[in-house]
Amino acid sequence: MAVRICAEPFDPLEELRRHQAGFGAGRAKVGALASFVGSMRDFNEGDAVSSMVLEHYPGMTDRQLEELAARAAARWQLADILIVHRVGEILPGDDIVLVATWSAHRAHAFESCRAVMEELKHSAPFWKKERTAAGERWVTRNTPANSADFETRG
Amino acid sequence: MTVKVRFFASLAETMGRREMELPLEPGTTVSSIWAALTADKPMPQGALCAVNHDYCTLEQPLADGDEVAFFPPVTGG
Repeated sequence: MAVRICAEPFDPLEELRRHQAGFGAGRAKVGALASFVGSMRDFNEGDAVSSMVLEHYPGMTDRQLEELAARAAARWQLADILIVHRVGEILPGDDIVLVATWSAHRAHAFESCRAVMEELKHSAPFWKKERTAAGERWVTRNTPANSADFETRG
Repeated sequence: MTVKVRFFASLAETMGRREMELPLEPGTTVSSIWAALTADKPMPQGALCAVNHDYCTLEQPLADGDEVAFFPPVTGG
């Protein structure tokens, strides 16, 4: 189980490769990897966005993400889970977040990956400030979650 | 006793500061800190609070050395 906050661009595929390399012999017990990568768009709410700054609450961010990973590990049968999140100055096309879950079976990997991602958007203390042609503005809300959460899934 | 109060994102801009030390009477709650610092203004819609890096309710009593944080709805991911 690993959580990483990074102030520099990261490569999600390299993160997955590096994390999996640590599995060793346990690799043969893992039949499924589900991953989600969220990236920065160059538009939001109908406006072009040229860059943004992602602020966070050091200490609380790590704590919330670690708790989230631990809750997922208790709820689903997971071999491992990795969460990586960018902070600081971000440009369109940059990757912002990676959530990856490994399991013996795909159902556990799929469901936990989505649930962790949705919960992250509602509980991890990050805030986006966008730059548009009209100036800077705080993003005030995330798009609502659809399904997949910790409580309703069988 | 003394607590550390922190503000983040748009709330830090509204409050005009990011952190401060605040001397308090024992048993003071999170809501009374907010009221004291804002002259009883209501908290902005959806604003959240935390004590020592865990989300809390406004009724949470504080202890010496606690770190209290106020911030707007989170928008990560």
